[in-house]
Amino acid sequence: MNTDTITQQVRSFIADNYLLRHAEQLKNTDSFLDDGILDSTGILQLITFLGERFGVTVEDEEVTTENLDSIDKVTAYLSRKLNGVSKGQIPGVQEGLGGSL
Amino acid sequence: MSAGSVVTADILRIDPVMVADRIVANIQDIVGNRFKRKGAVIGVSGGIDSTVVAFLCARALGNDRVFLLFTPETDSSPDSLRLGGLVAESLNARSATEDISPILKGARCYERRDEAVRLVVPDYGDGYKFKIVLPNLLDANRYSIFSAVVQSPDGSTKQVRLSAAAYLGIVAATNFKQRARKMIEYYYADLMQYVVAGTPNRLEYDQGFFVKNGDGSADLKPIAHLYKSQVYQLAAYLGVPDEIRRRPPTTDTYSLEQSQEEFYFTLPLEKMDLCLYGKNNGIPPADLAPAVGMDEQQVERMYRMIEAKRKMAHYLHSAPLLVEPIEVS
Repeated sequence: MNTDTITQQVRSFIADNYLLRHAEQLKNTDSFLDDGILDSTGILQLITFLGERFGVTVEDEEVTTENLDSIDKVTAYLSRKLNGVSKGQIPGVQEGLGGSL
Repeated sequence: MSAGSVVTADILRIDPVMVADRIVANIQDIVGNRFKRKGAVIGVSGGIDSTVVAFLCARALGNDRVFLLFTPETDSSPDSLRLGGLVAESLNARSATEDISPILKGARCYERRDEAVRLVVPDYGDGYKFKIVLPNLLDANRYSIFSAVVQSPDGSTKQVRLSAAAYLGIVAATNFKQRARKMIEYYYADLMQYVVAGTPNRLEYDQGFFVKNGDGSADLKPIAHLYKSQVYQLAAYLGVPDEIRRRPPTTDTYSLEQSQEEFYFTLPLEKMDLCLYGKNNGIPPADLAPAVGMDEQQVERMYRMIEAKRKMAHYLHSAPLLVEPIEVS
């Protein structure tokens, strides 16, 4: 799956669920947290969406702003996961170490 | 405060005599002049905030014009009722105990909650206990997402991250508790033509640590402008019993003992107080860090979390909005 398709699907999920009629104003770099787009419940719903749509399991230690705080960051994170990038190359995850939650 | 200034916990020190006098005068004005009510109902949990509000209302209105309400339910700590009785005794105030468990059972609060827990812990059932907790947010840019800590009847515990459906189901069900309490408080307020005094401190009010139309509902909120550590200073001045002043703040909502730190604030309340003060007063993270025993980056994370929670609290604070203005004289 190419990154444009991922971006489009993530953007549609955010727009449909959290922005109602204001989706056109959303930039792919907007911070979900700082711009008040998603709260913690929204992040949980995003994680569920990523699992259902892309078959990705988001590990506890991956639930960070580095991975999930904007459409661009989610796209990059998903691309790494879908391309089988090793855990050590995903922010928040150190290969061989357990999660810190 | 200029950058580079030394910050200590003393920035939250108050003159309790002056603060109490000011609050008392305002309670008198609000209850007597603005609302034309005869007294105040206070839901007392045996915690520091509700006790201080009860003491302030008694000082403002007279001990015979406050009515203390204790509303235990199945998951309440027995300490809450016992300490509530201590408050009534200290003030020689009238009180009533209303067990809200039957109301909650009627609303299927416990059933709905357990159904939600089973979405992530399928074997959850009779004899199990649980609470929900936040991760450590200081050492990474994590989101405030909850896990359930479940204790099985054999005493073993496990922690499972909640799904969105489980989290929303648990919160929606347990919010019945705060709303049932408020319903009973307003029963007594209507009966006696009293106001309902709310008990949030500044941390809770600012950060949205309350249930809309539950404990967030009240006619006045006498200590909403005070940081938690200032509430403790006021408690000492007002003569609140030592046992209540020493009791660790609890949510008293889940069957496993749960601190407010685990549930919402992620930091000990005295540190959270300083972070909120620092954020509100433009103190650079580097200047606040030594006072809270954290590094600059950790304080920056807390400032960011405070801002995020504040944004999400906007809905909780909002009164019903009209789509067209109406003139009401």
